[in-house]
Amino acid sequence: MNDGWFAGLDPGDGDAAARRIREGSAPEPADWPGLAVESGFADDEADYYDRLREATLAATRAAVTERERADDQQLVHAVRAMDDCERTANELAERAAEWAGALFDEAGSGVDGARAVAERDPDTAAERRAVSLAERVVDLADETEELERFIEETAPAVAPNLAEMAGPVLASRLMALAGGLKPLARKPSGTVQVLGAEDALFAHLAGRAPSPKHGIIYTHDYVRGTRPEDRGSAARAFAGKLAIAARIDHYSGDYRPDLHEELRERMAAIRARADDGTENAEGGDDE
Amino acid sequence: MSEESGDGALPAGVERRTFDGERRLATRGKPVYGEPTDGAWRAWDAGRSKLGAMIASGMDVGLSGGETVLYLGAASGTTVSHVADFAGPTYAVEFAPRPVRDLLDAAADRDRLFPLLKDARKPDTYAHVVESDVDAVVQDVATRGQADVAVRNAQFLADDGRLLLAVKARSEDVTADPADVFEDVLGTLTDAYEVLETARLEPYHEDHLGVVATPDRSE
Repeated sequence: MNDGWFAGLDPGDGDAAARRIREGSAPEPADWPGLAVESGFADDEADYYDRLREATLAATRAAVTERERADDQQLVHAVRAMDDCERTANELAERAAEWAGALFDEAGSGVDGARAVAERDPDTAAERRAVSLAERVVDLADETEELERFIEETAPAVAPNLAEMAGPVLASRLMALAGGLKPLARKPSGTVQVLGAEDALFAHLAGRAPSPKHGIIYTHDYVRGTRPEDRGSAARAFAGKLAIAARIDHYSGDYRPDLHEELRERMAAIRARADDGTENAEGGDDE
Repeated sequence: MSEESGDGALPAGVERRTFDGERRLATRGKPVYGEPTDGAWRAWDAGRSKLGAMIASGMDVGLSGGETVLYLGAASGTTVSHVADFAGPTYAVEFAPRPVRDLLDAAADRDRLFPLLKDARKPDTYAHVVESDVDAVVQDVATRGQADVAVRNAQFLADDGRLLLAVKARSEDVTADPADVFEDVLGTLTDAYEVLETARLEPYHEDHLGVVATPDRSE
């Protein structure tokens, strides 16, 4: 079916029109002005464009407001909830697998094992409980995925540069560790570099350990994917740009493609050291 | 259509006028971004607009004024506001919410500029709004896969319509030679288009290639 946004719409219903513009879709375009006049939705082409203008302005205004209202605190909650769900799902999956192993012949382990158990038809009271427990595991695992999807949709609106640079999930984790976008924007890049490595940092400050090279940003390929002897440089360069990205996102909100290009170039330069066999002179590449 | 010797024809509604002693492109409409004005005319800054640079550098963009236009990557509406000044119905697609705030202001002063908060990589999310057989698709999106975006949106163009594409080399691969990037992009474009003209957009925009193409429906 290939319907325009106005199909079956009451021409006087502005709210419904705006909703159609925002949520509708079609496999391919068509002569919508002509079809709208033909179907009686508009008197003529000019009338159609007037209605289209009203509907697109209302729809886009509402969509922008909604996307902007999604704030950093929702992301902080979502990413913490996602981690809790994942951890709890894994923990419960172990318990469910142990129980299922005692009741059924072939019971796998982990969340996948729980998914298989949840599909079973229980015969006894004990089986009912074990299968039910496995179903909770599956629900939690599904919720983890839903939360991740929410983060992926929301982070680019809240912090476009940070989300582009770190990926939506890591961007949200950094905000969660700092307590929000604003506190993150106020942190120096050296702090951003070791966010999530507080234990190691305090051990270092107490004189018991070397300074940590990276915190949670280790999970990003820019750090993890760089050879160990260059990881300190990579983490420092990455954290520097992340700190700038957080400031731009908090104070202006514009997407700045140049910032991302600079980082890509910098990373390419750091990684090129591995190719041309240059020994890493640690500290010689401060920006 | 107004002709100037040695230059591509300007669309009706676009003129070269003098602002502060300098000849610049201009259109008639309400100012949008603090650009200089001369009566009803406002300067179209080729340094801030890829399409402006394509026209200013004499490429044959095939616009004569009054066209139906789909503009992908409208951002805050700097260029699309000029397009709406001289073209007909103009659909402006932009994905990032904050610049769209400014785009809404530009649209509020223009009665045939339709702003859409949509992702240009997913045409099915606006194909129920944007009509078929538009005369021009203008594309200025700074993401990877610029050629794919153009190919996916070819379905909106009329058979003799024009794709006016600004390719940003650094969005595809910062480390590669821009010339190689442009070759790749032009290669992908041939899936849906016949390329009519290309030109580098220096001195207005570094490492950008302007492309004029028309849909290839030979299959």
